Amino acid sequence: ILSYPRHPVLKKRDDFEDVLEERRRSSDLRYALRCYTPTLYKGLVPCKVSMLKSIVLQSDHLQCVIKQVSSESGDSTECVAEEASLILDEMAHRMQLSTVRFFVFTLSKAFKRLFRSVCVNEEGIQRLQQAVQEHPVVLLPSHRSYMDFLMMSYLLYMFDLPLPVIAAGMDFMSMKFIGEMLRMSGAFFIRRSFGGDKLYWAVFSEYVKTMLRKGYAPIEFFLEGTRSRTCKSLTPKTGLLNIVMEPFFKGELFDVSLVPVSISYERVLEESLYARELLGVPKPKESTSGLLKARRVLSEDYGSMHVYFGHPVSVRSLAEGKIKRSQYNLLPRYIPQKPSVDTHEFLNDAAFRLVRIQEENMVLKPWVLIATLLLQNPDGMDLSSLTEQTDWLRHLALAFGAFLDWPDHEACSEVISCSLALHRRLLSVSAGHVQLSVTDAPQVETTPEEAVFQRAVVVLSCASYRNQILHVFLRPALLAVAMQSANSSRKDDIYNCFNFLRNMFSNEFILCPGDSVQDFEEACYLLMKRGVLQVLEHEIVMSASGQSTLAFLCSVLEPFLQGYQVVCRYLCEETNENLTEKEFIPAVRSFCFVSLSSDLQKNALAALLRLKAVRKVKV
Amino acid sequence: SGLSQQVIIMATRIKYICRHQDEAYKLGLSLSFRQEIMKWNGWGYSDSRFLFNKKGQAEFTGKRYRLSGLILPSLKDWFEGTFGANLQHKSPATVSQVAVAPPNLNEPFIEDLKAAGVAASHDPEDRVFRAHGHCLHEIFALREGRIGRVPDMVVWPSCHSDVEKIVELACKHNVCLIPYGGGTSVSSALECPHEETRSIVSLDTSQMNRILWIDEKNLTAHVEAGIIGQDLERQLNEHGYCTGHEPDSMEFSSLGGWVATRASGMKKNIYGNIEDLVVHIKMVTPRGVIEKSCLGPRMSTGPDIHHFILGSEGTLGVVTEVTMKIRPIPEYQKYGSVVFPNFQQGVACLREVARQRCAPASIRLMDNEQFQFGHALKPQVSSIFTSFLDGLKKFYITKFKGFDPHHLCVATLLFEGDRGKVLQHEKQVYDIAAKFGGLAAGEDNGQRGYMLTFVIAYLRDLGMDYYVIGESFETSVPWDRVLDLCRNVKERIVRECKERGVQFPPLSTCRVTQTYDAGACVYFYFAFNYRGLSDPVHVYEQVEHAAREEILANGGSLSHHHGVGKLRKEWMKESVSGVGLGMLKSVKEYVDPQNIFGNRNLL
Repeated sequence: ILSYPRHPVLKKRDDFEDVLEERRRSSDLRYALRCYTPTLYKGLVPCKVSMLKSIVLQSDHLQCVIKQVSSESGDSTECVAEEASLILDEMAHRMQLSTVRFFVFTLSKAFKRLFRSVCVNEEGIQRLQQAVQEHPVVLLPSHRSYMDFLMMSYLLYMFDLPLPVIAAGMDFMSMKFIGEMLRMSGAFFIRRSFGGDKLYWAVFSEYVKTMLRKGYAPIEFFLEGTRSRTCKSLTPKTGLLNIVMEPFFKGELFDVSLVPVSISYERVLEESLYARELLGVPKPKESTSGLLKARRVLSEDYGSMHVYFGHPVSVRSLAEGKIKRSQYNLLPRYIPQKPSVDTHEFLNDAAFRLVRIQEENMVLKPWVLIATLLLQNPDGMDLSSLTEQTDWLRHLALAFGAFLDWPDHEACSEVISCSLALHRRLLSVSAGHVQLSVTDAPQVETTPEEAVFQRAVVVLSCASYRNQILHVFLRPALLAVAMQSANSSRKDDIYNCFNFLRNMFSNEFILCPGDSVQDFEEACYLLMKRGVLQVLEHEIVMSASGQSTLAFLCSVLEPFLQGYQVVCRYLCEETNENLTEKEFIPAVRSFCFVSLSSDLQKNALAALLRLKAVRKVKV
Repeated sequence: SGLSQQVIIMATRIKYICRHQDEAYKLGLSLSFRQEIMKWNGWGYSDSRFLFNKKGQAEFTGKRYRLSGLILPSLKDWFEGTFGANLQHKSPATVSQVAVAPPNLNEPFIEDLKAAGVAASHDPEDRVFRAHGHCLHEIFALREGRIGRVPDMVVWPSCHSDVEKIVELACKHNVCLIPYGGGTSVSSALECPHEETRSIVSLDTSQMNRILWIDEKNLTAHVEAGIIGQDLERQLNEHGYCTGHEPDSMEFSSLGGWVATRASGMKKNIYGNIEDLVVHIKMVTPRGVIEKSCLGPRMSTGPDIHHFILGSEGTLGVVTEVTMKIRPIPEYQKYGSVVFPNFQQGVACLREVARQRCAPASIRLMDNEQFQFGHALKPQVSSIFTSFLDGLKKFYITKFKGFDPHHLCVATLLFEGDRGKVLQHEKQVYDIAAKFGGLAAGEDNGQRGYMLTFVIAYLRDLGMDYYVIGESFETSVPWDRVLDLCRNVKERIVRECKERGVQFPPLSTCRVTQTYDAGACVYFYFAFNYRGLSDPVHVYEQVEHAAREEILANGGSLSHHHGVGKLRKEWMKESVSGVGLGMLKSVKEYVDPQNIFGNRNLL
């Protein structure tokens, strides 16, 4: 199920329909108040929100952990049970339809202002309708914006699907009023970190599992754990995935359906916010007043938005031959067990594959191609050559299986000028010359540092669009760089180089662990098909016409290679013996302005730690 | 005259004669008598079978059972509705006998056997009859006239010492022995290994069928192991006793077979399973006879050697004589039934009954599908009054009490003992049931539930006449996993059938059929319409395999009482660990180094 077709190019994808079209024609109020009759799970055990809480607190699992914690801490069991109850109160959602209707009404208004269209693949919805009846469903959307989960619930309501309960970060809770509103529309809140807290983990996992077992509602969470500030998919977390899979492992559920959802934005609402964050400006704390101030965003045009519901992935099929369920036979099932090494590996692998499905179904707009080219040409490009190269890139991307939303029957130049108009905040166009720049630069004279900062914001914003298409070029690009640096045409040498790079960048990009050979072959296949390479039995030879493609692919990875080099150089040259992790990022930033993104710096450090080039010492 | 004709036909079959000429005839009669009145390619007695008559109504022929001679008006609709079968689409057995290869005889062995005076035959019918058990693939093949390797000859020892002689000769001449009791195996245990190159001799214990003594002081009986369950019970009843061991196959299965497979009886709650019932076992092995030296009720003399014998599935030797516990026939017996709103409630009730250790002689919980199945076997009611009463009952349960007819399930009960205690016990159980929403639903429903288990195998033959094949299988599982296991296994069956191109959803149903302190025995029925499938038996086997995998993944055992045979051998190591399997193998290695008992079951 997750073994995607060998040749990604041949992948067939569903068509989209704009769901806002209908909203523009009829009353939002009547729509919000319409009769909502969702398709239900066949094994649904009807259960009220209040009952849910007592089921969780009375569960054998939680009772067992309460006793454990009580005997370890010396507190009475009543006391620990009380604590568990408080944790649950803090966590639990209180979904009610009236709140959802309020959101539906306001969001209808907001979405119509923000977006030209919201496109959904209806076949995906139909598949989901089917899946929802058969087995408990887990929704796994990509996470690029706060909009994501609002949009998810909105769409599910729209298509008469059961409303999901959503695992949300605790930060929202601080938005007093909004936090409660979200809670009433199905969000439940989890602390960002609770590593060693046994009781918290028990309450949390039992709460999620109970809802899943009872078929209470689809569970929605973000595999990536947090919003990706770079628009690159983040290395997935496996904690929640383990929780939702365990009822299947332990035989409590016949199966669980995982539905990857890819949400893509033509313009991300948080665009410049993210860039500033990456440059070290602290993330503004979520607050209701902050939200009100952000009303400004309502007045802008964010183009279109695409939501693609992927094929449901059966946990049962996924685990077939990988998980030995009988490993749970010898221990009562309510006693919590750490996942075994095998299970952990399976979870990790599954998580990566799910994120890759998200990536592959992410719709790419023409602007993504343009941004890629503009970043490679910092001095700007003539409109004509930009048009020409975009067209070339478009064909390359399509050949590599990109899910490109390129308007049919429109001239290339037309498409490009539309894109430039939408993203005018990031560019300047003068006399047929396009260049990244700060258009609304303050009139007052700025210090050189401020100027660099302003420019960096633009570059990073732009990079976040280029990043959206990286997964398409990544494997061929790794091969291109490997060929360049291997200094040999022997297949083995090139593979070794490829493998090194792949290993180096596996914190930066989504590269399924263990898929090295497969990735290499895929890259060879794609470039061979494009006529860039000839792959012989022991050699890989570049064809004469392939030069430009290889050059392009190398420059796709160039910024990352440079960034990693800077980090390495910094660590070699500058560092004093006791550099703390906290000081690292500002230190690298001041060392060299080129590698400005804190995301890249973190990834590079993680990779170096993983490769044991750097050692972490606890003080 | 029909009978005497049969005797003559049979007598002509006897190829090797016993000590005295006149005894040969007598022996001949009993030798093949059962075989003559039983189907050669289906279950049970030839005169008893289900069929759809000209009016399209189902009836059960013969005179042997409560259902015999009755019309079952709802069976047709249930059958067609459940399987999408059609009475127009028939798939009758295509042959009246099968051709077998000429026997591979070991002449010196036969010479010595003759000298020892043991009855034997290599008649094809005798050999075919003992070449199979009752697995679906075995019966299906027979109906199509196909059969694999069959025994090359059959021998009929008449007593323990005959067995000793046979085993000794088998060792001397290196022939392969396969013990045969009642032939009701459902684990491919009787299948001849096709890789076996030696002469295969089926050792039929049916002539060793006497009760040798009854000891009323100690309440034990000493019985030859070839005796068939119903004969043992009938003969003991004549003396005022019973063993109380009633496996569903008791009409045809033998005492030796029970010991060799670790059988379980319906009334084990009072009498115990076979391992609780035996006091002493005598088994002939290639190394000699294994037995204990006294009849003490329990011993601490190292690992119990009985447990090497119980469940050895004919791989170590032949059980010849068994001393068993007996009990006075109970004064009073009463059936009963309870309807629950759903299966979960029913299981919770059974669990509570087990917790309070007050299970009646038998308590079984059928799921909704099986409840409906049982209902389809309701005979035509003679009076309007009973049908009116039935209607009223149904109205009360579904309308007044609000039970959903598609979810409700029924527990069947059998109480035994002296009258006063039975009534008291009954009340206790019904009180518990009431706490779980159970409503008493009468003796009739209870009795019909038990009937289902005796006629189910006959029903399979009916199904096979109309493109429906099926089988049952069982497991045991801790209480907390009963519900999950039942649901998952049933769903797995449905799903596997669909994936393998079965056109109509299968019948996938279960019952909790025994309760224990720490868990329960669950029994599954599974059947489907195979029209449109090119290799239905293969599909069937794949689904059964998947179902067993699902059972193991959900914490169920490899088998509760059917045994391992060759059908479930692949999971033995996983089930008992490598060391465990090694222990069993080393016992086999010591007891039977030549692999004389070469049926290749279990290990």
